[in-house]
Amino acid sequence: MRALMPTLLLAAIGNAFASPIAMEDQSQLKVPGAQATPQFVPPAESELPDNAFGKMVREGHALFVDTRRLMPEAVGNGLNCSNCHLDQGRQAHSAPMWGAYPMYPAYRKKNDKVNTYAERIQGCFQFSMNGKPPAADSPQMTALSVYAYWLSSKAPTGVEIAGRGYPDVPQPKGGYDFKRGQQVYKEQCAICHGYNGEGQKVADDYVMPPLWGKDSYNWGAGMHRINTAASFIKYNMPLGKPGSLSDQQAWDVAAWINRHERPQDPRLVEGSIEKTRVKFHANDGVNLYGQQVEGVLIGRGTGS
Amino acid sequence: MTLMSRVVIGSVLILAWPLAHAADGQKIFTQGGANPAAMACLGCHGADGKGIAAAGFPRLAGLPAGYLSKQLHDWRNGTRKQPVMEPLAKALTEDEIQAVSTYLASLPSDPAPDERRQQIADNPTARLALYGDWSRQIPGCVQCHGPGGSGVGDHFPPLAGQPAPYLIAQLNGWRDGSRSNDPNQLMVGVAKAMTDAEVKAIAEYFATPTPAEVKP
Repeated sequence: MRALMPTLLLAAIGNAFASPIAMEDQSQLKVPGAQATPQFVPPAESELPDNAFGKMVREGHALFVDTRRLMPEAVGNGLNCSNCHLDQGRQAHSAPMWGAYPMYPAYRKKNDKVNTYAERIQGCFQFSMNGKPPAADSPQMTALSVYAYWLSSKAPTGVEIAGRGYPDVPQPKGGYDFKRGQQVYKEQCAICHGYNGEGQKVADDYVMPPLWGKDSYNWGAGMHRINTAASFIKYNMPLGKPGSLSDQQAWDVAAWINRHERPQDPRLVEGSIEKTRVKFHANDGVNLYGQQVEGVLIGRGTGS
Repeated sequence: MTLMSRVVIGSVLILAWPLAHAADGQKIFTQGGANPAAMACLGCHGADGKGIAAAGFPRLAGLPAGYLSKQLHDWRNGTRKQPVMEPLAKALTEDEIQAVSTYLASLPSDPAPDERRQQIADNPTARLALYGDWSRQIPGCVQCHGPGGSGVGDHFPPLAGQPAPYLIAQLNGWRDGSRSNDPNQLMVGVAKAMTDAEVKAIAEYFATPTPAEVKP
């Protein structure tokens, strides 16, 4: 009997890896609608203790807002954490850290396993930052985790509190339109992000992030989904004027941005865009990867 | 003189010829435009173009040419108001505007302080400058105007090195509607959300930047 138990366990584990797990993605569960008013307030910097923990929070904060400069070995593009998580990861409806940290560990369909928070950040580095994730026990990952933990002080664990994620913006009935999206982009976005999505730099560092091209998020990042980008845009852009675009405008401009090439999906299957599309993109929200748009195959990558 | 050097000198003269006829930015800066109403910049903006802080006359040196040219055009067409600059801008020709904008952009300026968002702000003014106040939809100044207020591209001018009275006057201009030539109305909402005390403190923060105390 004693000998049987481990065998059964092993068999069960083997089974878990062999067959797809029928489980919803816990990290992508319903984001509370924007109508639910966020109540949570993360602690102020002035409350930071002057001790080893406070020092680690400060280090994590620095990495969070100046990621590319401080972690050049881990970031393969021109982005910082704070580009997608506004107000230093504090802003409600901007995927704040206080809405994310208390939700982990969680099962993620993206890599088909239960992820710790550190593993979740590694995903950001691999896709959104198009880089090489630091080890889960590296000093930088610890600092980033400590910063998120501190922002989540007094937040309940495992509760989808209002303000987490980017609120869902339903797809307009008529879908989206690239031409209209291009117009919105020219009028509302180009002044900061450049007419060709190239962003703007001071000296060697981006001040306004690039939205496509080799220095932007890659084809595996969540932001490549038109629905996700539309949600981010609707509730956060233009900077300082959130909610000023209609749902339709947000979808149109998100589609325009996400029809442009960006670094290849690092999960590329056997060098085949089609196989990668089937495996990773066919059931991943609304996205253009591996599809033909006006006779052009999308998802070829930027070749770097 | 060899044949080669004659050719070279001849080429240089020919290449230089059109420049002699184009508007001379430096001359406009020091002596004014062809029309006497287009007075020399240095009279109010200083011999080095860095402004005259005591009078609140702004720094022009090292500002982006596109920004300077836009302001001169805005004064010409009345979308920016200022009693001295409006007639002056109208007295400049299109060529002169381009030339003087390019010249001013090329003038050396003091580097902006290396104040970055990675720092933990240790007072409310630094907090507003670096991170903003999102409860009022105010982005941090440096998010658009660059680290230390260095300026970004043609649309987000430097704040560093501008006299405090000038910055206060501009922020108040957006607040009371007397200045409204910001692209996409990006400044008007920010300025209106600021208090009198914040306008003054932020202006002084960028006019006389203090070195960052906290380094990670």
